[in-house]
Amino acid sequence: MPDLMNTIGIWLAAFFTFCIFSFLYRDNPFYKLAEQIFVGLSAGYGLIYVVYSTIVPNLFAKLSQDFSGNLILLIPFALGLMMLTRIYPKTQWISRYPISIVIGTSAAISVMRSLKTDLLLQVGATIINPFQGSTASEISGNLLVIIGTLCGVYFFYFSKKQEGLAKIPSKIGVYFLMVSFGATFGYTVMARISLLIGRLEFLLKDWLHIIN
Amino acid sequence: MSVNTSSHTERRIVFLIIFLAVMVPLIFPIGWGSEVSPIARMSYDLIDETPAGKYGLISFDYEASTITELQPMAVAQIEHAWSKGQKIIATALWPQGPQMAEASFAEAKRNPAYADKEYGVDYVNLGYKVGGIVTLQAMGSSIRDVYPKDSSGKNWDDLPMLKGIRTLKDLAWVSSLSSGVPGLKEWVMIAHDVHNVPVTGGTTAVSAPGFLPYVNDQKQLHGLLGGLKAASEYEMLIDKKGPATTKMDAQSVAHIVILLLITLGNITAFRRKRAKANLTGGQNA
Repeated sequence: MPDLMNTIGIWLAAFFTFCIFSFLYRDNPFYKLAEQIFVGLSAGYGLIYVVYSTIVPNLFAKLSQDFSGNLILLIPFALGLMMLTRIYPKTQWISRYPISIVIGTSAAISVMRSLKTDLLLQVGATIINPFQGSTASEISGNLLVIIGTLCGVYFFYFSKKQEGLAKIPSKIGVYFLMVSFGATFGYTVMARISLLIGRLEFLLKDWLHIIN
Repeated sequence: MSVNTSSHTERRIVFLIIFLAVMVPLIFPIGWGSEVSPIARMSYDLIDETPAGKYGLISFDYEASTITELQPMAVAQIEHAWSKGQKIIATALWPQGPQMAEASFAEAKRNPAYADKEYGVDYVNLGYKVGGIVTLQAMGSSIRDVYPKDSSGKNWDDLPMLKGIRTLKDLAWVSSLSSGVPGLKEWVMIAHDVHNVPVTGGTTAVSAPGFLPYVNDQKQLHGLLGGLKAASEYEMLIDKKGPATTKMDAQSVAHIVILLLITLGNITAFRRKRAKANLTGGQNA
């Protein structure tokens, strides 16, 4: 029985893979069918998973085991219920309170952490002695980091018109940005091809058994 | 109308060529080698230099859609850590992470060298927790409070290898295999930047450029594995011809074909532009 279910699963997966690939020819009902099923399944799976992996063990299980010892859990429970008031337009305003708490705490945590991670330590990583490297490539790498950072940041300085000599670092900054966009594009191509490799590997290995 | 039809036909030809460029090397592998980059080696060195008996944490922050890129990294890191006698704790910030962890451990145990690795002694799968950065912050105070049970419902106290673990500071390294948010960035923010625990990780290729600035003098990241190429580099470093290595032929051929198509497209566009300019010039004269 498990073997049969496995075989059916593989054939279904192959069918839906072809349905999605068919969009490359043109939009068609098979593609739409696969797309809608994917969206529906993802939403359903996500909902059930969160209920059983988060709400049941963290709330209901604890409350049913020791209600008086877990009274504090009633606060997030109430906030969660308040979120559901968005369903009716007349009670929508109630959901603003839990949303404001979520946004407030998330922003406070993120601002503090981001300031250190994305600003202070990143700036610290640029304050380096360019000649500390032992090889020529390390020294040139350090110089590129310093020049690239300064010129890249200068490109986004808009308080004064960039003309004459002041235009030079901005121009250099643009070149660094273009190299960065090129690298990002290269990585994106690699990611997309990897997805295609994954699907083709499934078709050739699990479905057709052509490769090992 | 005719231009549109021609453009559609051209696109379909391009899709077909890319399809074949990926499929043919999968059926008939070429065996092209590739070089190991310094940032992939940094990631390898972090695990390699950690003494036996220490604990590493792998966070499975991805879902089935990105297993092609991230699963080979997970399996390679697990095998590498086990080969060095380290113990592995698996966690997840994404709902499907525990299943990804389970599949990775099962794959690693298929290697006869690690078939005797025991659950609860050599590795544990603590499962998924919602909350992202807030969860990690709480793990800084007590991992046990965040994960009183593992993914199968076993109590923390019934898992012998967790006896020496209290907070994130008890870990020798953390690796987040991440395909989005929450993921590697949150681990850098909390595990490294707050608790000073060495962090490495792997991402899908599309997110890799965004993480490269964290591989810096401050050692916010100890190396980075970006996409399938980096996964194959890691496999090369542990001397394994794994799934990433075998797929790199298809990746390389596809890239060559794309480069040729871009060149061809530019030449065609340039010739059309010149022909148009000549035509306009002739009419003006």
